[in-house]
Amino acid sequence: MSDTTLTAAVSPYNERVVRQFTIATLFWGIVAFLVGVVIASQLAFPIFNFGLEWTTFGRLRPVHTSAAIFAFGGNALFATSLYVVQRTCRARLFGGDGLAEFLFWGYQLFIVLAASGYVLGITEGREYAEPEWYVDLWLTVVWVVYLLVFLGTLMKRKEPHIYVANWFYLAFIVTVAVLHIGNNLSVPVSLLGTKSYSVFSGVQDAMLQWWYGHNAVGFFLTAGFLGIMYYFVPKQANRPVYSYRLSVVHFWSLIFLYIWAGPHHLHYTALPDWTQTLGMTFSVMLWMPSWGGMINGLMTLSGAWDKLRTDPVLRFLVTSVGFYGMSTFEGPVMSIRSVNSLSHYTDWTIGHVHSGALGWVAFVSFGAIYYLVPKLWNVARVYSIRLIEWHFWLATIGIVLYITPMWISGIMQGLMWRAYDDLGFLQFSFVETVAAMHPYYVVRALAGVLFLSGAIVMVYNMWRTARGDVRTETKLGAAVTATA
Amino acid sequence: MAFIRQEKFETNSILLLLGIIVTVAIGGLVEIVPLFTIGETIEKVEGVRPYSPLELVGRNIYIREGCYLCHSQQIRPFRDEVERYGHYSLAAESMFDHPFQWGSKRTGPDLARVGGKYSNDWHVAHLIDPRSVVPESIMPPYAHLMEHQLDPTDIAEHLKTLKIVGVPYTQEEIDNAAADLAAQATPDADTDGLLARYPKAATGDFDGDPAKLTEMDALVAYLQVLGRMVDFTTYRPDYAKGDAQ
Repeated sequence: MSDTTLTAAVSPYNERVVRQFTIATLFWGIVAFLVGVVIASQLAFPIFNFGLEWTTFGRLRPVHTSAAIFAFGGNALFATSLYVVQRTCRARLFGGDGLAEFLFWGYQLFIVLAASGYVLGITEGREYAEPEWYVDLWLTVVWVVYLLVFLGTLMKRKEPHIYVANWFYLAFIVTVAVLHIGNNLSVPVSLLGTKSYSVFSGVQDAMLQWWYGHNAVGFFLTAGFLGIMYYFVPKQANRPVYSYRLSVVHFWSLIFLYIWAGPHHLHYTALPDWTQTLGMTFSVMLWMPSWGGMINGLMTLSGAWDKLRTDPVLRFLVTSVGFYGMSTFEGPVMSIRSVNSLSHYTDWTIGHVHSGALGWVAFVSFGAIYYLVPKLWNVARVYSIRLIEWHFWLATIGIVLYITPMWISGIMQGLMWRAYDDLGFLQFSFVETVAAMHPYYVVRALAGVLFLSGAIVMVYNMWRTARGDVRTETKLGAAVTATA
Repeated sequence: MAFIRQEKFETNSILLLLGIIVTVAIGGLVEIVPLFTIGETIEKVEGVRPYSPLELVGRNIYIREGCYLCHSQQIRPFRDEVERYGHYSLAAESMFDHPFQWGSKRTGPDLARVGGKYSNDWHVAHLIDPRSVVPESIMPPYAHLMEHQLDPTDIAEHLKTLKIVGVPYTQEEIDNAAADLAAQATPDADTDGLLARYPKAATGDFDGDPAKLTEMDALVAYLQVLGRMVDFTTYRPDYAKGDAQ
């Protein structure tokens, strides 16, 4: 984008930084989905590892997960939280425009440092916390500035009450800070080298990592995105939030319970049973506040359900809440030890993650972007509503074709591992179970192509929108109205 | 009553911040702190030792290549897993693992006890071209490990760093680190000192090229020690010892 499109419009708020983060969200979204398609193809056809050390599945998988969670998701959270906090506090960002500019470029630098490191083999070997010590330190600086900007803006607000979306954003920002620091304590071998060793080892390290890992889900991918839901669903539906009381109860119970859920990633491992039992119990309880959020989001549409037919933006938002409800039911089920004994180590987990990441996180972000871009670039409306419709169906079919094969392959592989023949021998060798996965891996890769295509349609649509173009097209639902 | 308090939180951002911090601190503290204080969290087991320098370098390559993303190192106490992979994993077996590498996905098989199950030649052939030995495999090729030679100059620094975080490397082990690194992968080298310091370490040429010390040597040496430290023919779990009394 050229500088002219980034100059501030007449607005009491800092919208330049929101525009920057919105563009970054679109850019990193494409990167994340593209690398996802590549590594999905590698599992279907290993030739796609290209025989190069930098492009193996092991090096690219962290690029995909970090790009999806921290680059796409993170930029979406920055964009929306900085937009929402200014509007709902009626205050310009604390710390001035310079600090906001630092926040944007500082966070992009973090992403580039982390991703380039993975490709070169620089990693701490901790899932979803792979960046090495120097990248971790840099992110800590950026994150503290984020907390200062956000909290400072809350403090100079002109509204007496802090809006519910901001409770969730604040919980996300401060808890992620605690998790990031706690999980990344390590000692570098040399101040001039990239390698470090974690302070903790073995069983304690495993617990710490999944305390972090599950709450990256709980606070980065849930609390933060609930913040998005609480602003953009009521705005797009033009209805008030369904229940204030429900939002209070589910906010405090959600953040209290989530923290305990980590040990369900370590069922039947060398982690002591008492910790596993606590993790399982709290994971099951977590179902309730999660559905509290879902109910509050869905019921906000009371009296406005008809808009789903004609407004694909609202459909993105509502479908995302639906997927949120589905994955937060599936998660507690999978955290039950006897279910987990089947699902753990299989593709079922991968399918579960993607129903959350694609269905919930990406869809609510898409909805927010479609809402934001016309406002941020001061144009009347999105270039093409029909292209949003195309995006919605490409992405939805992509998700269905992703999670269904992963359920089948995951449950099938879990059952094959534990199958015995009539003589009491293990029925399948490991590699027979790998071969059985092949057709599902092919479908999954194609599903990724569909989801990526939808995102490319969105980027084109947003680019035309930012230019101020409006496509001449028949309105959605117009034909129905004409015949009625 | 509760809603009076909520009003206080949502009209005071610092109070809201503190409320969040206290609320999210509880679960983590209850689950994590006792793991450091309860003695039986890690069993008392004979045989678990810090990694030899060559194994450590191999382990770092294992981490660098992201092997943990497809291979677990944690055998669960189920009949099928114990028959397929061996004795279920003990906490003690990863007590010197900084970081732990238990993994969360088995796109490939568990590797917690892969040591000694395959020859060095098999590992090298498999890592260079997995489908040459396992036609259905979907593992990426790691031929580049043969091309990268090891640089033993800073290995002592790695041992010193690990000592800071609690791995009981002795001064003797740190002083001999570079020599031990080379000796373990050199055929007919004097390995008496190495084997005294690191019992059961596999020695000899690993990568099929005795003239060079490569990353392949290190990774295979690491794979060959996995699960080999504890002798499960004599191991008795703590609860079984209790029964005997």
